[in-house]
Amino acid sequence: MSIEDAAPGVIAVSVVAIATLAIGTWGLRLSRTTSDFFVASRTVNPRLNASAIGGEYLSAASFLGVAGLLLTFGAEMLWYPIGWTAGYLVLLALVAAPLRRSGAYTLPDFAEARLGSAGVRATCSVLVVAIAWLYLLPQFQGAGLTLRSAVGAPTWVGPLVVGMVVLVNIGSGGMRSITFVQAFQYWLKLTALLLPAAVLLAVWAGDGAPAAAGGAVDLAEWSMPLADGGGGRGLYLTYSLILATFLGTMGLPHVVVRFYTNPDGPAARRTTLVVLGLLGIFYVLPPVYGALGRVYADELASSGRSDVLVLELPRLMVGGPLGDVLTGLVTAGAFAAFLSTSSGLSIAVAGVLGQDVFDRAFGRRLTGVAAFRIGGVVAVVVPLLIALALPNVGVARAVGLAFAVAASTFCPLLVLGIWWRRLTDVGAVTGLAVGFVGSGSAVLWAMTSRSTGGWAVLLEQPAAWSVPLAFATMVLASLLTADRVPVHTRRFMARLHAPETLHLDRSSS
Amino acid sequence: MTDAVPPRVRVTGPPRRSQAQRPVDLRADSPLSEVYLDSLLAAQLRLAGRILVLLALAVGSLPLVFFLVPGLAEQQVAGLPLSWLVLGVGVYPVLGLLGWRYVVRAERNERDFVDLTRGSG
Repeated sequence: MSIEDAAPGVIAVSVVAIATLAIGTWGLRLSRTTSDFFVASRTVNPRLNASAIGGEYLSAASFLGVAGLLLTFGAEMLWYPIGWTAGYLVLLALVAAPLRRSGAYTLPDFAEARLGSAGVRATCSVLVVAIAWLYLLPQFQGAGLTLRSAVGAPTWVGPLVVGMVVLVNIGSGGMRSITFVQAFQYWLKLTALLLPAAVLLAVWAGDGAPAAAGGAVDLAEWSMPLADGGGGRGLYLTYSLILATFLGTMGLPHVVVRFYTNPDGPAARRTTLVVLGLLGIFYVLPPVYGALGRVYADELASSGRSDVLVLELPRLMVGGPLGDVLTGLVTAGAFAAFLSTSSGLSIAVAGVLGQDVFDRAFGRRLTGVAAFRIGGVVAVVVPLLIALALPNVGVARAVGLAFAVAASTFCPLLVLGIWWRRLTDVGAVTGLAVGFVGSGSAVLWAMTSRSTGGWAVLLEQPAAWSVPLAFATMVLASLLTADRVPVHTRRFMARLHAPETLHLDRSSS
Repeated sequence: MTDAVPPRVRVTGPPRRSQAQRPVDLRADSPLSEVYLDSLLAAQLRLAGRILVLLALAVGSLPLVFFLVPGLAEQQVAGLPLSWLVLGVGVYPVLGLLGWRYVVRAERNERDFVDLTRGSG
């Protein structure tokens, strides 16, 4: 790749990295206490918080992956962005306000407060780290692919750059500075996808609005919104994906930790509503790239390089300096996507590790901030090393399966914990274990095997059976251990559901 | 001519709060607070259930519809396949509307509950 071709990408990546570090450092001056580091001292207003959630949530899979998948597989892939958005509606209806009112820092905190058991807490901590790392891995690998496509760098450069920027940011300001960084990155990502899309649509209209060429994919199949071109198998895969994404969103560690930064329950609801709007606006754009790709970039699909569609479409359609500017813009957006999602996940893991593993280290008790920083280093370095060692784990699959695991573990725990008084610690741990083993074995199988015939379809997309199984196990095991229902259950439920205006006892929040 | 005697008026102080009108302490394990909490929980759960059923009907039914009516996905509307229009654009306003409806109703449930526990509702 020539220097002229690489220039827009290099400039874009540098600007995003520097802006991220600058905003993060500015946040440092505002972050002083442990509460600042973990939950931004709960003073983030709904609009800022919603932008931050949107910025953190729109990962590489949303920015690059969806458009490429749409180009290759067609309408069935529209279920991914729908599920990623609808997941927030389910979260809003079932957990948003009670979760905020629970007054806990992290998911393990919630589980321990609700069930009064250290065993449940430990199980949740392991799950948070497992799901977050499963989700971080493809972010790092996607960064490698992007930098290779944009500036011709070796694939190990991307993960390293993203890892370093995230590390500096977490270490310097914690949740408070990350909130500003991520709010900025939502708007950056939206602009970086919206402006080029508008220009490209204008170019397409100027060309006389040519129809899609019947190339690599059959057009009838391309407009069929069912996996595998329809049929019973396709129907199962589609519904299983819907279940995983609709229910998995609430169980993603980096999503949940954001809710603790709202001032109160109603603010948590309003934040979620704004997030729904922000995601809806963003997800209208990837289909534009997918559809234009059918007209102008069909060879990317046939050569199996559809992942870089968003990065390369501007140059394919527009030449000269304008093409360079647009390329720089989408590269900046993609890089922001890796940075923000990686930051959010690392924060969630750092919070859990800081509280549960490194609160006592090196033979003495650490302060909250020091433990958080050590947790952050481990949270970033471990998946970074895995990403460098195994550069070829399926990127899109790993993100999809992280949702299936979250839907099979934390979704039952949150829903039953918030709405069902008879949940016990034994029931929770049993259900979490069954859900994790069920969906996790499917993950392992999907990453190691290539067979897709017959009953293997159940392992390809496990959520349709693993989620009901986890719910049923949790309920049954709780009913069998009814004498273990915590004594404080009713009081805790009152705190989760009662409006703040009643001034209940919130001394511990 | 005799002036009509004005009717007697009883002068009293403001009505005293009776036991039942005091704000209910939800932390206390009394049968009354339990009933109140149950009513709030049931109302919020019913609301969440209604929203999720609407979500299932409006969005969750789409794969089944496209499965049962095979030619539907290829129908062209304004030069674009119907499936792309519905799934790529049409779904998002529906999600937003459902979310907005939930927030309004949930806050109303909570206001009603506060009025109830303060004895004015």
